[in-house]
Amino acid sequence: MQFVFFVFLVVLAGTSGEMFVSRAMKEVGEVTSFRPAAIVRVVLRALRAPWMWAGLGMMALAFFSLLVLLSRANVSFVVPVTALSYVVAALGGRFFLGEQVSANRWLGVCLVCLGVALVCAG
Amino acid sequence: MGALAAMASGQQLRAKTALLLFLMVVFGSLGDTLIGKGMRAVGPPAAWLVAPVLAFLSRAAGAPAVWAGFGCLLLFFVSYMLVLTWADFSFVLPASAAAYAVVPLLGHFFLREQVSLVRWTGVALITLGVGLVGNTPPRTTWVEPVAGTPLEAARAKGN
Repeated sequence: MQFVFFVFLVVLAGTSGEMFVSRAMKEVGEVTSFRPAAIVRVVLRALRAPWMWAGLGMMALAFFSLLVLLSRANVSFVVPVTALSYVVAALGGRFFLGEQVSANRWLGVCLVCLGVALVCAG
Repeated sequence: MGALAAMASGQQLRAKTALLLFLMVVFGSLGDTLIGKGMRAVGPPAAWLVAPVLAFLSRAAGAPAVWAGFGCLLLFFVSYMLVLTWADFSFVLPASAAAYAVVPLLGHFFLREQVSLVRWTGVALITLGVGLVGNTPPRTTWVEPVAGTPLEAARAKGN
């Protein structure tokens, strides 16, 4: 039962963390210059966005949950399950970030999810 | 003219998205491999208590592969942040899964590693999936680059 809880935490905290980071970066706005000084400016601006810190916090939570999972014996079967993140991410993109997830993109996401699960399991 | 300009900017958008995704895949898989190699040499903490964990952390901090790995992951994360300033999250994340297909391929062709049939099937599905996602427009939340915040601009336009 604890397994299920931590897997849940890895997938949900990890994906929502990345979603929050994505939200912060959309607020920063499109990067057009790739000079080092411009990149540093973008990173500093991102670090001032509250969504960025919420995202980093969630990602840290997911990372430590994964460490807890992996510190137990024979849980290698758990890793393929984390591929569900791709489906959760597409739902988040659609409903939290307002992106248009077309039928082709959905199909691609499902194939990627299945493929990553197989690569991790194989 | 407007259509031509839009097409050119669309191609430019695709090109810079592809370039940053490439950097993400390279630095991400390199970072993971280096940290994995370093950590295997370091070994796990003797127990999940304060003193053994601190000893484990100081051993990890002494491994050059771990530092190189963290450097790569930092570059990965900066590329990720940059591409997310214009591209959809639901585009970038599945497209970056290409790393899961590239690593077994490189292992097979350069390190002569055995890749199981299950893994090959996974690699094929990921390639197909990334191809499908890659053919969708990278950005769907707003149409033209705007000076202000894209989300607000999109809302102002009634999207």
